[in-house]
Amino acid sequence: MSAWIDVCALNDLQADSGVCALVAGKQVALFYLTRTNVVYAVGNFDPIGKANVMSRGMIGDLDGEPMVASPLYKQHYSLQTGACFEYDDVKIETYAVRVDNNRVAVKIEAE
Amino acid sequence: MNSKQTLVVVGNGMVGQNFLTGLVESGLAEQYRVITFCEEPRAAYDRVHLSEFFTGKSAGDLSLVPEGFFAANGIDLYLNDKAASIDRAAKRITSANGVTVAYDKLVLATGSYPFVPPVPGHERAQCLVYRTIEDLERIRDAAAESKVGTVVGGGLLGLEAAKALRDLGLETHVVEFAPRLMAVQLDDGGGLMLKLKIEDLGVKVHLNKNTTLIDDGASCLHKMNFADGEVLETDIVLFSAGIRPRDDIARACGLEVGPRGGIVINNQCQTSDPDIYAIGECALWNGLIFGLVAPGYTMARTVVAHLSEKELAFTGADMSTKLKLMGVDVASIGDAHAKTPGALVYTYQDGRSEIYKRLVVSADNKQLLGAVLVGDANGYSTLLQYCLNGIELSENPDSLILPPRSDQSVGLGPDALPDSAQICSCYAVSKGDVCSAIAGGCTTVPGLKAETKAATGCGGCAALLKSVLDCELKKAGVEVNTDICEHFPRTRQDLYNLIRVEQIKTFDKLLDQHGRGLGCEICKQAVGSILASYWNDYILEKPHIGLQDTNDTFLANMQKDGTYSVVPRVTGGEITPDGLIVLGQVAKKYGLYTKITGGQRVDLFGARVEQLPLIWKELIDAGFESGHAYGKSLRTVKSCVGSTWCRYGVDDSIGLAIELENRYKGLRAPHKIKFAVSGCTRECAEAQGKDIGIIATEGGWNLYVCGNGGMKPRHADLFATNLDKATLIRLIDRVLIFYVRTADRMQRTSVWMENMEGGLDYLKSVVIDNKLGLCDELEQQMQYVIDSYQCEWKTTLEDESKLKRFRHFINSDQADDNIVFVEERGQIRPANEQERKHFQLVEEMA
Ligand code: SRM
Ligand SMILES: Cc1cc2nc3c(=O)[nH]c(=O)nc-3n(C[C@H](O)[C@H](O)[C@H](O)COP(=O)(O)OP(=O)(O)OC[C@H]3O[C@@H](n4cnc5c(N)ncnc54)[C@H](O)[C@@H]3O)c2cc1C
Ligand code: SF4
Ligand code: FES
Repeated sequence: MSAWIDVCALNDLQADSGVCALVAGKQVALFYLTRTNVVYAVGNFDPIGKANVMSRGMIGDLDGEPMVASPLYKQHYSLQTGACFEYDDVKIETYAVRVDNNRVAVKIEAE
Repeated sequence: MNSKQTLVVVGNGMVGQNFLTGLVESGLAEQYRVITFCEEPRAAYDRVHLSEFFTGKSAGDLSLVPEGFFAANGIDLYLNDKAASIDRAAKRITSANGVTVAYDKLVLATGSYPFVPPVPGHERAQCLVYRTIEDLERIRDAAAESKVGTVVGGGLLGLEAAKALRDLGLETHVVEFAPRLMAVQLDDGGGLMLKLKIEDLGVKVHLNKNTTLIDDGASCLHKMNFADGEVLETDIVLFSAGIRPRDDIARACGLEVGPRGGIVINNQCQTSDPDIYAIGECALWNGLIFGLVAPGYTMARTVVAHLSEKELAFTGADMSTKLKLMGVDVASIGDAHAKTPGALVYTYQDGRSEIYKRLVVSADNKQLLGAVLVGDANGYSTLLQYCLNGIELSENPDSLILPPRSDQSVGLGPDALPDSAQICSCYAVSKGDVCSAIAGGCTTVPGLKAETKAATGCGGCAALLKSVLDCELKKAGVEVNTDICEHFPRTRQDLYNLIRVEQIKTFDKLLDQHGRGLGCEICKQAVGSILASYWNDYILEKPHIGLQDTNDTFLANMQKDGTYSVVPRVTGGEITPDGLIVLGQVAKKYGLYTKITGGQRVDLFGARVEQLPLIWKELIDAGFESGHAYGKSLRTVKSCVGSTWCRYGVDDSIGLAIELENRYKGLRAPHKIKFAVSGCTRECAEAQGKDIGIIATEGGWNLYVCGNGGMKPRHADLFATNLDKATLIRLIDRVLIFYVRTADRMQRTSVWMENMEGGLDYLKSVVIDNKLGLCDELEQQMQYVIDSYQCEWKTTLEDESKLKRFRHFINSDQADDNIVFVEERGQIRPANEQERKHFQLVEEMA
């Protein structure tokens, strides 16, 4: 069953950068893009570098698609779909995010 | 008696000024006595970019008139003076200030005014319009004491005004009479998608709303009452309900005007009086008013041609538009509403990414008639060229709007365009014009802009211009994309100069003014580095955080398992026994792996992100500083023991190395910089393999530059010999800042030198002979960096809010359970995958 889980205050996030949150036992990287005013949530595990570091990647867009670049080996992942731009068969998790009353909630499968 | 005829231009707006420029360029200005009346308190400015007034541009920045233009060309400007009446029989014009002049030819370029619907209450305070700089000043003042702002009109300009209100911090509403936004350009689907996107951005859109009365509000200054009984409270009402041509003086002197306004003109832009022309937004051609600048400029050219007795006719203009409204791409081309009989329509809609595209195609499926793009306007240039040049469509026109499948590319290469294809509509520059400029030796976008004027108007054609350039150069066998990335059509050097000349202090501002999209790790780091080398702000200041690579963000180098290394500065490699003991104690306390590096210092590995501040606190308390091992900045100044101890030593290499390292530490550059100082020619410090190398000789210091170890070793070049210390330092200051200014991103000095036109001799001429007259400036800039140095770790530890970041989880004190160490040779190292699995298994069983 998936549910919305309250995670933190909006100003706990880092403008135009990422932080990692522990949500229902999962490591979730949260990115706050101020230019479009959107918060994205993806898995914190870097499937290629095999370390929990995605939240420390740099963000931006490629061809209009919001993305995060792995801080280890710089592969790009879509913040919307989790798809890796460089390898078809690599993907990271994505989660729905809701910002309400300055609180950030993530929708996640309870473990 | 003056034999010259008199030419009077009424209105010094965008088109009036463009006409004057054309007059000067064609040489006609010398044949006439030219007089212009300008009703506004300032000469022509860029109305198209008017909104930038709110993002920091001054009235001066927006000016379209080069310094001294009127005086230099003998044009009389009556500023702040409105032409009040025309006596056509006497060919005389009188101004509001009482100036009377006789004219032989008269050009009306009076533009238009914003239409304000006659709703009762529309004249109340803070009911404003959006057309002139004065209007914007009024809006800014009103916004300062308001909470809510409402724009009446959901067209192009209305949405731009709404963005401005939102950016001024107001709760923003758009009230539109029609059932969709941008009713002129978009169809229902496109309008709906645009509404969704704009509402996502926090602007409330109210469609089908007919305002019937504005009166006192309860919580705000005004209450807007709508025909359907609903109400909306607001402090500001901004009318943007369309424009009306300013035809008042034409009407009063009996010139023919259209039934709904506009001064009637023929294909030569003559009014019903052949000695009077009308151009720009006041003119009515074939029953049409053109509310864009490009058609106005075409009219201006037409009049210049007609006065020079050349053949040129105004035959209408393409009203296709592409723009970004609040960050949303919107474009409309040709017959967007499919009014052509028999037209076929293709639509593509992606609800997830909120993209809407529609193609209007001729009945035989061969010609593109129009298009609407919302959310993704990348295909605009291609589609526009299909439409304007009648290029035949492929069998499946829908492939033009479908997302590319696999790696097939659907773009229309610039090669497919005929020479006659118009690249820049603002300045009527054809592909042929661009190609001949390229053939004439113009090989950069800025060069082409200067040569052909293309892309210097609205800027909408810049991408196409670049692709024509690239394509032509490619055909000529030249490989050239020096763009830093897709977000900035610029080189690093261009960006550096923009930041310097426009005194830009943040990435966002640079992106707003010169880039597109959101940026990426490439341009962000490059700009972060430029801002740091130019302004030398603390790199973790809010606007800069997102620009730093993870190493810079955490002021440490990330290792393969997500832990970090800690490298304190050990200037010149000299360290006291107490210093060594502290390093050992800290490493022991936090269980870190230690190694002597190739840069003559000690690296402590395996620190978790949450341990970094604790470790650094202890190091700083013991007198250490950040070693900037994470930055594209000065790394180390390696040294040998020199004359202090060595029997061959000629001079004090350690002393100089320490002095230099302290001088340049913290300097951010396109790539890392390494120095070394050797005490004699035996060269134990390997100075000739460094970016800056110094060797002591009997006659003084010898300076070497642009050496490199690493992947592609390069022997450094001898730059100057027998220098005293002061001169040496001065030369190094200049070389380094010149490198910082002109190198590409991630270009070490060795590669920079290898790519420098004129090579070593050129560098010498700039740095030693002061050929560019830059030396003082280079030294001053270096002094600024030196004076503003701070130990980034010290600054970070002093700021609670910065420390918030040094936790693995924002909402928990737990550590990352994926970090696992094993022991090897008496120290820790990251576990490999097998070891890690084994470890997990043991834990689960426990
Ligand atoms: C620690 C150290 C190796 C060691 O155990 O000795 C080292 C470690 C790294 N080097 Fe190095 N280099 C180290 C001395 C050198 C040297 C020797 C020197 O400086 O005298 C060289 C050759 C000299 C030169 O740079 O010209 C060197 C040439 C490189 C290069 C290739 C540069 C090039 O232009 O070809 C890279 C890759 C890069 O920068 O793009 C690199 C990159 C790296 C990185 C940053 C790779 C990375 O991204 O993880 C390593 C991380 C260091 C860390 O985590 O702290 N390292 N590296 C040395 C640290 C010196 C210090 O105290 O700061
Ligand atoms: C916010 C905004 C954004 C826009 N964005 C775009 C865009 O992206 N692309 C685009 O193509 N167009 C855009 N436009 C429209 C563009 O600005 C106009 O098409 C252009 O300014 C028309 O030029 P003009 O010379 O005809 O009129 P104006 O620039 O309005 O100039 C007319 C001048 O004549 C003066 N005048 C009038 N009557 C008299 C008189 N009797 N005596 C003396 N002076 C007189 C007026 O005060 C004014 O200064 C935008 C307009 C605005 C307001
Ligand atoms: S460079 Fe010369 S002075 Fe320095 S240690 Fe080597 S031999 Fe001695
Ligand atoms: S089309 Fe406007 S500048 Fe070229």
